[in-house]
Amino acid sequence: MGKRIGMEVGIAAAEAVGLCNIDVAAVYPITPQSHIAEHLSDIVHDGRIDAEFITVESEHSSISACAGASATGARVYTATSSQGLMYMHEVLPIVSAMRLPVVMGNANRAIAGPLNIWNDHSDIMNQRDCGWIVMHAENGQEVIDMTIQSFKIAEHPDVMLPTVVNMDGFQLTHMIEPLEFPTQAEVNKFLPDRVPYATLHPDKPVSMGCFNMPEIFTETMKVKDTALINSKRTIIKIWNEWGKQFGRNYKPVETYKTKGAETLILTVGSMGETASVAVDEMKKAGKSVGLVKLRLWRPFPLDELRAAIKGCKTLIVMDRSVTFGGIGGPVATEIKSLIFHDKDRPRIVNYLMGLGGRDVMVEDFITMVERAAKKKDETYEFYGVRE
Amino acid sequence: MNTVENFEIFAPKLIDKRELFSPGHRACQGCGEVLALRLIMKALGEDTVVSNATGCMEIISTAYPHTAWEVPYIHVAFENAAAVGSGVEAGLKALRRKGKIADRYVKSVAIAGDGGTVDIGLQALSGAMERGHDLAFFCLDNEAYMNTGIQRSSATPFMAATTTSPAGKAIKGQRTGKKNVPEIMVAHNIPYVATACPSYPIDLMNKVEKARNTKGPAYVHVFSVCPTGWRGASNETIKLGRMAVETGFFPLYEVEDGKYRLTMEYTEKRRPMEDYLKLQGRFRHLDPADIVKVQALVDKEFRKLMHKVETSVPWSE
Repeated sequence: MGKRIGMEVGIAAAEAVGLCNIDVAAVYPITPQSHIAEHLSDIVHDGRIDAEFITVESEHSSISACAGASATGARVYTATSSQGLMYMHEVLPIVSAMRLPVVMGNANRAIAGPLNIWNDHSDIMNQRDCGWIVMHAENGQEVIDMTIQSFKIAEHPDVMLPTVVNMDGFQLTHMIEPLEFPTQAEVNKFLPDRVPYATLHPDKPVSMGCFNMPEIFTETMKVKDTALINSKRTIIKIWNEWGKQFGRNYKPVETYKTKGAETLILTVGSMGETASVAVDEMKKAGKSVGLVKLRLWRPFPLDELRAAIKGCKTLIVMDRSVTFGGIGGPVATEIKSLIFHDKDRPRIVNYLMGLGGRDVMVEDFITMVERAAKKKDETYEFYGVRE
Repeated sequence: MNTVENFEIFAPKLIDKRELFSPGHRACQGCGEVLALRLIMKALGEDTVVSNATGCMEIISTAYPHTAWEVPYIHVAFENAAAVGSGVEAGLKALRRKGKIADRYVKSVAIAGDGGTVDIGLQALSGAMERGHDLAFFCLDNEAYMNTGIQRSSATPFMAATTTSPAGKAIKGQRTGKKNVPEIMVAHNIPYVATACPSYPIDLMNKVEKARNTKGPAYVHVFSVCPTGWRGASNETIKLGRMAVETGFFPLYEVEDGKYRLTMEYTEKRRPMEDYLKLQGRFRHLDPADIVKVQALVDKEFRKLMHKVETSVPWSE
């Protein structure tokens, strides 16, 4: 393990990719991902790694070029954000259907309109049904670790699915944090070369991306669903391997002071750190509050979530995006439907907050918990909205 | 600037009998596009990876679990064949350089119809050409969205009737002429641009060979007669392709290192457009005055090309 250094998280993400012996990167710049694009091109242009860096003319082409490169057997990386991810949207489910293990870093940012370059989760939540493995980092160290882990997860023969590591735009990507990098030798030990299932090469010609008639399409969809559900086993296995080698442990759902807590806050991404400070303060004040952090969004870790929220009376779900005209934010909507049949399911209170870069402070979490106690129904609320 | 080197001249007897695009596919009777594709694949040879756009050639060849492709093939979506081909090229290059695959040259080519090239695919094409990938792009131009039912594209010729440019009482078919995409490709300063037509198979294959041997981006625009969409007879595909060339509506030329050269010279007077138009139902609504307008547009475009043929010099000189 190398020593701790201070580094901006976006740059650290690119450095982590640089440790993974990638063959091809295709990246189009977008705020707040641009430091990843810039620094990764520095790494390639300085000859620190042997890879092709494709300066694509759009995100649609970056994910398309990644698909083509991954299909040759190459290890492939891209990074994007917001409108860029939306522009990739058409190709995302094709990449997962073709079982191409592309790894993506996504600097979470609000989607237009109106245009807004700051953080929320509306970009990734709009990609929910694309069949990718979706995970969220809470801090810079997790960005480094999960980026490296993702190549092993995505390329594992039991998985072969594209994987996206989400990091909150600005709130995370532009923070300078104390970070530890594994050495190249340590990464080499952890991350084997990719052994592709099939490749585009004349020595063994295959056709990829054949279209499906109605007679086979349903079966293809089931296979894709099963593959994503089954990937959880391998994700956990690889996270355990990481924990053994590096001493930092990763779980699909993290808990913080949840034991015996009547009220639990559920967060996704970087706001978990702020929420944990709020929990500490509320505990000090004698409140029965704990924190659940959802790291893995797809495949959804239902069993782990059930275990994490068992026994709580109220679950406060913090959603950083809106499901317009629906029954709440996407995370709350998902959890409500998943635990609907459970006996003794908690009451769910849902806040839509931190939208388009609006800061959510420790006091805000405390206010939301206090207000939740008084709520009579399970409707959602835009927290902090000025009306 | 790269120049084309070491290409071999095709002669009918020397053409490989193997089919890299195999029979048994689902193309319409008399399809000029699939004929072009078959000849292109023969000229490319087996050390080729094809990135194909959504369209006629994709749906007729790859109904799972069948495939007509004897070479490695990938289809991702409609507008991104050039981007996928860029990734294939980059992947093969990196893997070969790093010793992860055999040390052998394999050509990345992208194939799309006119919609996937001149309309929805133009951005990806421009990006791939501008970046200088070692990628040959083939546009199989049948002058409309045939796969979806004959809707107009920007490659549809002036006054042609399609299902979205119908021959109405107020507006008589397509209101504009063909977008000149070969010219847009020349403006990307790429080493090789050509037009071709399977009615001239040896000329087509020689151009494919040149595109293949170009170390860098190359673009070949292939005129592909579509009897179904053009409301023509399926046994007149070859004839229609010839007439498109003989009228000067679709001249065969190539641009190497910026120098324009006709590969089919016009020794006699060009054939009148009327001969070509009257064989196709999509032009059935044209009256004599319309034919004069169509002829005038063809003459203008032809003059523009001839000016380039006469005046252009290689960029490297």
